[in-house]
Amino acid sequence: MSDVSKTIRARPTSPHVQVWRWHLTAITSIMHRITGVALYGGTLILAGWTIALAFGPEAYATYMGLLGSPLGKLVMFGLSFAVFFHLAKGVQHLIWDTGLALKVRAANAGAVATLAFALVATVVVWIIAAMTGAL
Amino acid sequence: MVELALPKNSRVQKGQHHPAPAGAKKVKTFKVYRYDPEGTENPRWDTYDVDVEACGPMVLDALIYIKNTMDPTLAFRRSCREGVCGSCAMNIGGRNTLACTHGWEEVPGQTCTISPLPHMPVIKDLVPDMTLFYAQYASIEPWLHTKTPEPQGEWLQTPADREKLDGLYECILCACCSTSCPSYWWNGDKYLGPAALLHAYRWLIDSRDEATGERLDDLEDPFKLYRCHTIMNCAQVCPKGLNPAKAIAEVKKMLVDRVV
Repeated sequence: MSDVSKTIRARPTSPHVQVWRWHLTAITSIMHRITGVALYGGTLILAGWTIALAFGPEAYATYMGLLGSPLGKLVMFGLSFAVFFHLAKGVQHLIWDTGLALKVRAANAGAVATLAFALVATVVVWIIAAMTGAL
Repeated sequence: MVELALPKNSRVQKGQHHPAPAGAKKVKTFKVYRYDPEGTENPRWDTYDVDVEACGPMVLDALIYIKNTMDPTLAFRRSCREGVCGSCAMNIGGRNTLACTHGWEEVPGQTCTISPLPHMPVIKDLVPDMTLFYAQYASIEPWLHTKTPEPQGEWLQTPADREKLDGLYECILCACCSTSCPSYWWNGDKYLGPAALLHAYRWLIDSRDEATGERLDDLEDPFKLYRCHTIMNCAQVCPKGLNPAKAIAEVKKMLVDRVV
C-alpha cells in the first residue's frame, strides 16, 4: 500500500509574464492602458493651466515656464504621444467592436498602424510647434 | 488581481544540467520546468543537452527522448501526437502551443524553454491542474438545449447554418488560448476565458439551439465575458488556427443587438 496520508503541499503557480514572448497586439494593448492612465495626469496638467490662467499673468508665466523647461517639454512630448496613441488604439477598438479586423493578420497590421500613426502625428505636431515658434 | 511576481513557493530556481550523451554531433539545449510535489523544494529549471540527430523533429519528440534516455522522472501529458487531443499543450519558447505539432527548430534562440501552461497550479513538472478550466467549460452548458418536441429523426440544419459552426467546433480544449490571456491570468476565477467563451458562442449561433436568451443572460456579467480586452493572445497562439477573440466580439455584439 502506498502512503496516502502524506499531505500534498500547495501547488505552485506556473510562470506567466516571466516566460511569455510578447506579440505586438499585446504590447499595444497594455500601451493603450498605460497611455489612458497618463492622459488622466495630462488632464490635471491642463486643469492646472486653466487655474494658472485664472490666477493672473504672473502665475501663468510661472506655469508656462515650468511646462517650457526641458523636463516640462519631455512630459508634454510624452503626453502628445499618449494622446495620439490612445486615439489610434481606440479607433482600432471601435472597429473591433463591429466584429471586423479581428483576424490575426489584420490585428497585427492594426497594431503597426496605431504605433506608426502615433509616432508620425507626434513628430508632426512638434515640428509644427517648432516652426510656429511655440517651443 | 494583477500579480506580476510569482508567489514565494512558485519562484523557479536553478536546477540540474544533463549533458549530451558521448558522441552526440548536433546538440540543442532544452530548459525544462521541473516540480516535484513529493519533495520540499521550489520548482527548478533543468537543462538537457539533447542529441537532436537521434530524436524526431517535434518538441514532443525531444521530451520523449529526454524521458526515455536521459531522465525518466520527467512528467508531461501526451496522447495522440498529431494535434487532435490537446494533451501536450504547454509553453514552448514563451508561447503556448502543442508540443506534438511544434518543431524544435521553429523555436528561436539557442535554448528551447519549456514550461507548463502559464499561471496554472502545477501538479508535477509540465502537468497543470485543469480542474477550473474544465469547470468553466461545463458552466456554459455545452450541449443542445431545446424546448420544441424532439423530431422523429435528427435536428436538421441548413448547410448555411452548419457553416456558422466552422472555426468553432474544431476546438480541442487544449487551453493554449485561455492560459495565454493576461485577463485570465489575473481574473481566472471569475472570467470564463477564451476557450469557454468560444464554446459559448458555438452554442449561441447554433440554429438548432433554443436557449439563446438564457445563454446570453448567463454571460451578461462584468467578469464572465467583459474581462476580454481584445489583447489577442488567444488567437495568436491557438494551435488550431481558431479565433476566440472574434467569437467573444460576436457574443458582445449579440448582447448589444438584443437591447437596441
